[in-house]
Amino acid sequence: MSLPPLVEPAAELTVDEVRRYSRHLIIPDVGMTGQKRLKNAKVLCVGAGGLGSPALLYLAAAGVGTLGIVDFDVVDESNLQRQVIHGQSDIGRSKAESARDSIREINPYVNVIVHKERLDSDNAMEIFADYDLIVDGTDNFATRYLVNDACVLLGKPYAWGSIYRFDGQASVFWAEYGPCYRCLYPEPPPPGMVPSCAEGGVLGVLCASIGSIQVNEAIKLITGIGEPLAGRLMIYDALEMTYRSVKVRKDPECPVCGKNPTVTELIDYEEFCGAVSEEAQEAAAGSTITARQLKDMQDAGENIFLVDVREPNEYEIVSIPGSVLIPKGEFLSGAALEQLPQDKRLVLHCKSGARSAECLAIVKNAGFSDAVHVGGGVLSWVATIDPSLPSY
Amino acid sequence: MTVSVRIPTILRTFTGGAAEVATDSGTLREVIAGLDASYPGIRGRIVDDAGQLRRFVNVYVGEEDVRFAQGLDTPVPAGSHVSVIPAVAGG
Repeated sequence: MSLPPLVEPAAELTVDEVRRYSRHLIIPDVGMTGQKRLKNAKVLCVGAGGLGSPALLYLAAAGVGTLGIVDFDVVDESNLQRQVIHGQSDIGRSKAESARDSIREINPYVNVIVHKERLDSDNAMEIFADYDLIVDGTDNFATRYLVNDACVLLGKPYAWGSIYRFDGQASVFWAEYGPCYRCLYPEPPPPGMVPSCAEGGVLGVLCASIGSIQVNEAIKLITGIGEPLAGRLMIYDALEMTYRSVKVRKDPECPVCGKNPTVTELIDYEEFCGAVSEEAQEAAAGSTITARQLKDMQDAGENIFLVDVREPNEYEIVSIPGSVLIPKGEFLSGAALEQLPQDKRLVLHCKSGARSAECLAIVKNAGFSDAVHVGGGVLSWVATIDPSLPSY
Repeated sequence: MTVSVRIPTILRTFTGGAAEVATDSGTLREVIAGLDASYPGIRGRIVDDAGQLRRFVNVYVGEEDVRFAQGLDTPVPAGSHVSVIPAVAGG
């Protein structure tokens, strides 16, 4: 199934642009018209991380006229193993700004628009509205469902890619012509069941393998050439070195793009993806304290051991004074238990209370019966105890 | 009469690292039971406590998603290739 070109051609290419894009122009399928379509195209990349780095670099080099970048994060040293759009001197800088500077160095003819904010249900529709196509380079289920639903509601196509360790998946979702992400994966896994790259790791070059597929598909959609990856899922196995594709069908019962949609506006995606497990709910019942109660315990000098179960990058953004970082993954693997003192009362917290509830179930099972966790997590601490700290 | 099953990275801890394993043909339900007999625990990552396919794990017989065929009753004839594809979110 070929699709009509997404973007009308720009009026002309300058002499400089003709020189720059000559290797595209002499491909009959692209040619002057295709390159003019790229020049006129407005592409938004959500996330300037593992997938966003190669995607933005190649979109820029290819001559996409307007590139938007959504990223609220800053460059961390651990990003540089795979996020090739950033460099050593960018550590600590805004990823969106760092990516913008790299793009300008590669292709000064690209108009870069920086969105230095976290994509959420309040801003997604407005940000997406100005673009022809979205590239999903996000790193969590909540934002992935948000990107999907916003694209479906706005009728826009997007190039989707996802990675873990040595496995990559890619597809094109465009509800007007085929299935959406929810048709492929109707529901996210419960928290804790599927580790993130921060927990499980990712082979750096896998980002390029999948990010380049996303750019390939974006270029095809913009210029209307070839067979788009809509309705197919490409599955890449870096260890076996195989690419396989399977069919993705449009689900007539899909809650967002089906016949009788129940999702007609953006929802709370953290809630959709972050419902805690039954074990965690049970553990948290009667063992949840407020941020204020934690502060009172600290001020009274109670014999507690405060554990932050988030990831190191989150700990860096903001942390509760006196907390020790032991990420959730170490609770799941059991490694955390050795680090916990037997003679102190455990107080666990995370960002908003979901992950710490999961960990609470584990430590209670291990015999720490008086352990508690902080409802609302560090966000609640910032809101009620120390508003001078950043929220994220 | 066997079928081959592709195991994603995330579930290879169950198969001792094997990316592809063989089991007996039958319905998908039987194939998954056969897998679990050889690799205990793997069934629970594909099928939930109520015995339904998990909504964030897709199983393909050949190129076809079994959710759009007969689910766990989908026939898996000898020589078929079964793929287990879980949702991952990394990026």
